[in-house]
Amino acid sequence: MLWQSLTLQLGYNATLVSFGVTLLGIAAGLAGTYLYLRKNSLVSDAISHATLPGLVIAFLVMVAFGGDGRLLVGLLTGATLSAALGLYCVSLLTRKTRLSQDAAIGAVLSTFFSFGVVLLTFIQALPIGHQAGLQNFLLGSTAGMLWNDAMVITGLALAVTLVLIVFRRPMRLVAFDASYAQALGYRVGAIDAVILGVTLTVTVIGMSVVGLILIVALLIIPTVAARFWSEKSDVIFTLSGIFGGASGYIGAALSGFAPNLPAGPIIVLVAFVIFVISFLLAPERGVLAATLRFWSFQTRVHLTQGLLALAQDRPIYEPKTRRLLQRSGYIRADGVATDDGREQAFKTLQNERRWSFWKQHLEGDVLSADTSMVHSLIDIESRLTADQIAEIDNALLNEATS
Amino acid sequence: MMGQEFFVLSFPPLVIGIFASIACALPGNFLILRKQALIGDALSHVVLPGIVVAFVITGAITTWPMMLGALSAAFLAIALIQAVQRIGRIEQGAAMGVVFTTMFALGVLLLEMTDTSKVHLDVEHALYGSLESLIWIDSYGWQSLLSIEDLSYMPVELWRMVGVCSVIVIFVVLFWRPLTLISFDEGFARTQGMRTNVMSTLLIGLSALAAIAAFDAVGSIIVIAMFICPPATARLMTNSLERQVWLSLVIASVSTVIGYYLAAYGPLVVGFEESLSAAGMIATVSGVFLALAALFGSHRKSNS
Repeated sequence: MLWQSLTLQLGYNATLVSFGVTLLGIAAGLAGTYLYLRKNSLVSDAISHATLPGLVIAFLVMVAFGGDGRLLVGLLTGATLSAALGLYCVSLLTRKTRLSQDAAIGAVLSTFFSFGVVLLTFIQALPIGHQAGLQNFLLGSTAGMLWNDAMVITGLALAVTLVLIVFRRPMRLVAFDASYAQALGYRVGAIDAVILGVTLTVTVIGMSVVGLILIVALLIIPTVAARFWSEKSDVIFTLSGIFGGASGYIGAALSGFAPNLPAGPIIVLVAFVIFVISFLLAPERGVLAATLRFWSFQTRVHLTQGLLALAQDRPIYEPKTRRLLQRSGYIRADGVATDDGREQAFKTLQNERRWSFWKQHLEGDVLSADTSMVHSLIDIESRLTADQIAEIDNALLNEATS
Repeated sequence: MMGQEFFVLSFPPLVIGIFASIACALPGNFLILRKQALIGDALSHVVLPGIVVAFVITGAITTWPMMLGALSAAFLAIALIQAVQRIGRIEQGAAMGVVFTTMFALGVLLLEMTDTSKVHLDVEHALYGSLESLIWIDSYGWQSLLSIEDLSYMPVELWRMVGVCSVIVIFVVLFWRPLTLISFDEGFARTQGMRTNVMSTLLIGLSALAAIAAFDAVGSIIVIAMFICPPATARLMTNSLERQVWLSLVIASVSTVIGYYLAAYGPLVVGFEESLSAAGMIATVSGVFLALAALFGSHRKSNS
C-alpha cells in the first residue's frame, strides 16, 4: 500500500494531488532560499496569518453575490489581497516607525489573524450555516480535494517554480547584496517585489494544502536543512528545492497511506526529518562532522605535546596523552619511547624549532589561513618550500654553533 | 448593565482578560526591545503539543498536568531553538521557524490520532479560547465581591491568572534595573559583571508562564497580540521605559474592555443576534491602537 502510494498507483486523483504537493514543496523550498538569505524567514509567518481575513471576506462577498462561496480561485484571491496588505503593513511599520521587524511581523500577524477569527465567528452565526469548511484552511486538507482545486494548485505551483528558476540569478543577487545589484543596473525594487509576490503565491496555494499555520514550515525548514550542506547559494537553492519537493512527495504518499490523518503535519514532519539528518550528518557544518573535527584536533594536540616532551626528556603526566602515544606505538606501556616514537619525537621537535625561528625572524603571509592554529601542529614542509626550509636550517645551525 | 447580570456574565471574562493581557504585555515590553518579540508567537504554538501529550498520558483534561505539559514543551522549544541557533549556526528567526512549526505539526498530528471526541480539546479551541464561557454563577451583584463564599464560585482560571500575573509583576519590580540593562545594552550589562544569560532565561521563562496561563484562560491569539501590540504602541508614544511599561498596561486593559464589549454587544447594535469571538476582537482592538500610534504617535521615529 505504501509502495503503491509512493509510486503513484493509487488512482488518478491521488496522483494529481501528489504531483501538486510535490510541486508546491519545490516552489516553497526555492522561494524560502531568498527569505533565508535576506534574514526574512519569519515574514512568511506574517503573510500566512494575514490571509485569514481576506479568505473570509472573499467568502462573504461571493455569498452576497449569490455564489457558492467555496470557489477556490475566489477564496485564494481574497487571501492574496489581504496577505499583500499585511505585508505592506509590515514594511510600513519597519520603515516608518522605530519598531524592529520582528515586532512588526508579530503585530501584523496577530492583528490580522484575530480579525479573521472575528469574521469567522460572524460567518458561523449567519443563516447560510455551511460556512464552506473555511476551517480547513487552518490546517489544510488534501483528502477531500476536488479535481478542479487540485488543478488550480498544481498549475499555480508549476508557474511559481518556473518563475523562480528563470529569475534565479537576479533574485539571488538582490537577496545577497542589494546595493551591488543596483550598481550592476538591476531594478532592485522590481526584483524584490517578484520575490515577495512569489512567496505570497506559494503561501496562498500552500495554505489550502498544509494549512496557513504550517505553510511557514515549508518555506523555512527545507532551506535551513540545505544550508548545512553547502556555503554556495546556488547549491543551497537547488538542494532546498529538492528537499521541499521530497517532503511534499513523501508526505503526500504517507498521508495517502493514512487517509484519516491530515496531510499538512505529515509533510512538515517529513521536512523536519530531512532537517535532522542534515543537522547531524552534513559534512563541515553537521554536528557529527564538527564532533569528529574536534576529536581529531584534540588528538593532534595531545600527540604533539607528548612527542615534544619525549624529545626533550620531560615526563608526561597527562594520562590521555600517554594513552594516545601508546596506541600510536610511540611509547611502551612503561612510558619508554620506542624507536618509532624517538624518530617521530625528533621530527616534531625539529618542526617546532623551524616554526619558532620562522615566527621570530621571517614571518610572512604564508600562514594567513591558519594564523589562529598552533603552528607546531602543522608540518612545516607542507607550507614552505624546500629552499626556505634549508635557509631556516642553516640559520638554526649557525645559531647553535656561534 | 451594571446589575447582577454584569457580575454573572461579564465580570469574570473582563477581569480574567485584563489580568491575562497584563501578564503578557508586561514581559512583552522587554521582549520587543530585545528583538525577541516573536518568542511569544513561538511559545503559543508549542503549547499545543505539550497539552496534547499531557492529555495522552493522563487521559483527561486536568489543569495541572496540562500546564506542566505546556511548560515542558515551552522549555523544550527554547532549548531546541538555542541548539539549532548555536550548534547549527542558523539565525534566530529561521531557527524559531523550524522548531515551532515542527512542534505544532506534531501537536496537530497527535491530536488527530488521539480520541478526543469526548472532551473539549481541538485546535480551534486552543486558538480562540473560550472567554465567553467563564461565568460566575453564584453572584448577586456588588456585595458578592465581599462574600468569601460567593467568591469561591469564581472560575478557577481567574485565581490562576491573578497568581501568575502577580508573580510577573513582582519579578519585574524586583529586577527592574537588570531587565532595563539587558533590554538596551546587553554587552554593557555583561561588562558590569551581570550574568545576562540567567536574566534573559528568566525573562523568557516567565513569558512562557504568562503565555501558558493566558492560553488556558483566553486562547493563544490574545497571547500573541498582547505580547507585542500594547508594548509596541507604548513604545511609539514615549522614550521613557517606565512610562512605556505603564502605558502598555493601560492600553492592554483598555483593549480588553473595548474588545469584550464590541464582541458581546457590537452585533446587537446592528441588529445581529449572535456575539462575535471576544478573544479575536480584543486582539484586533489592540492592533487598531498600534495602527493609531504608528500614524500619530509622538515618538514614531527613533530620533524623535
